[in-house]
Amino acid sequence: MSTATAQRGLRLWRRARSRRGPNTALLLGPSVIFLLLWMIVPLALTLYFSLRRYNLLMPARRGFVGFHQYANLLSSGSFWTSLYNTIVLVAACLVLTVVVGLALALLFDNEFFGRGVARTLVISPFFVMPVVTALIWKNMLMHPVYGLFAALYKALGLKPVDWLAAYPMPSIIAMISWEWVPFALLVLLTGLQSLPNEEMEAASLDGANGWQKFRFITVPHLGQTIYVVIMLESIFFLTKFAEIYATTSGGPGMATTNLPYLIFLESFFQYDIGTASAIAIFAVILANIVAIFLVRFVARNLAEGAQA
Amino acid sequence: MTATFSRDRSTRRRLRRKWLLTLLAYVVALIFFFPILWMLLTAFKTETAAFTVPPRFFFHPTLASFGEALARGDYLHYALNSLVSSLVSTGLGVLLAVPAAYAMAFYPTRGTDGTLLWMISTKFIPAVGVLIPIFLIYKDLSLLDNIWGLILVYTAMNLPIMVWMIYSYFKEIPAEMHEAAQVDGANTAQVMARVVLPVAIPGLASTCLLAIILAWNEAFWSINLTNTAAATLPVFIASFKTAEGLFWAKMSAASALAVAPILVFGWMAQRQLVRGLTFGAVK
Repeated sequence: MSTATAQRGLRLWRRARSRRGPNTALLLGPSVIFLLLWMIVPLALTLYFSLRRYNLLMPARRGFVGFHQYANLLSSGSFWTSLYNTIVLVAACLVLTVVVGLALALLFDNEFFGRGVARTLVISPFFVMPVVTALIWKNMLMHPVYGLFAALYKALGLKPVDWLAAYPMPSIIAMISWEWVPFALLVLLTGLQSLPNEEMEAASLDGANGWQKFRFITVPHLGQTIYVVIMLESIFFLTKFAEIYATTSGGPGMATTNLPYLIFLESFFQYDIGTASAIAIFAVILANIVAIFLVRFVARNLAEGAQA
Repeated sequence: MTATFSRDRSTRRRLRRKWLLTLLAYVVALIFFFPILWMLLTAFKTETAAFTVPPRFFFHPTLASFGEALARGDYLHYALNSLVSSLVSTGLGVLLAVPAAYAMAFYPTRGTDGTLLWMISTKFIPAVGVLIPIFLIYKDLSLLDNIWGLILVYTAMNLPIMVWMIYSYFKEIPAEMHEAAQVDGANTAQVMARVVLPVAIPGLASTCLLAIILAWNEAFWSINLTNTAAATLPVFIASFKTAEGLFWAKMSAASALAVAPILVFGWMAQRQLVRGLTFGAVK
């Protein structure tokens, strides 16, 4: 059997050589090995740690505990709270960014004087580093005394609010959405611009009004694009960390602690590597539920590209 | 006469609608840009001017806060770390990604699609899923708070996107062009240097731009893997979070310096960004 494998390997090797091409294994190898070492091996180690008792403060108490730590998590309030927070954060940011992003994409799909400048201004928030976003919002906009929102409220005769204390999660959602509406806008605009003009003109000639054109031409055409935006954003929103770290530090209480922040707390404040790893595996599973669909979608595009 | 009149009116209505939409677009643009503008304005204030109630839009601009932010000495240290980590990780990424993309674009095998998809899927492993082992291994290899440790993580973080983007640019090069060069007897390195890379330079440039932006803005890894020696600008700026309400002008000046170059890069790379971040799923 091993001879058969060897022969098959030799045949493949000869065929590869006979095409006079370079040794592709040599060209691909470094990238593959690099990703294996920095992504796949650590992921496997996380899985391994999650099955062991491993606390840096208690080096003597180590050993295999199976799914014990997972079972502990399922009965721990902080895990469920942060899972709930994660899902609320992802869902709210998705709805906001897709709805506002779509509205803005339609607005910016029109030709008008200075469109390039206006579009450039709108997408700027996406390039601001999340730590800076967090500090601008926390201090200069949302500060209950010196912030701009407070000044605005006072001008309207209302009592200023300490946003991050009174509405911590909505405040975080607002910040993240401000950063990511531009991303949704950019991608959806790209999708809109591939919509053939003739279709719209034909619909106009048939007497379709604006809403009908939107409902029966634009939305179906954009369906795939919206799908991609939702999946990509879900994966990014699941791992939001900097905005929370720089504003609420997960608080007040646990009001803004999501899974990544809980892992950060467990590993760097409790030194509980085992439990933190088990939470990390949950986060990976959550991300993978989304990523599988996305990768399948990309695969289909690759296959289509090969045929074209 | 009446016909001209009614056509006139409908054109006028269309024109008014167009003006309203244009106005709306400008208003939206200003609202979205406003927090950035406000940061830039605050950067040109003194600390006392930054704390007026109500906030002031017109004031005597000064460069004092920039001076103070820079004079704290460590600013340049962090900026240098940011610069080195984003540039070197991007350079390493290009060195790894170009050969891989070349092999997959011009010598596809049955395994190529699978390899490419596997690479893309590693981008979807959340950073928290690999943080703990990397932290522990780095501790043993004394790569914690070490600029090389950060560089290697950034390279791994951006590699899937870079391979994908460069692959997609290589795919746009006509196969005949590539074959003609081979018939002339050029070897792989020559084909790459003389035919493929010159054509793909704009694509490579935007790939690098995107990688630099992503590495420059990255906070999760730098907060968790560095302390001071290798810490980047996001770590420095995050340190203002504890100095609650005291140094807004300085914070804004430091932020403005950190954000401005990336804003320019981002504006330049906005079109390629969609290609890179959606892995060709949106065209």
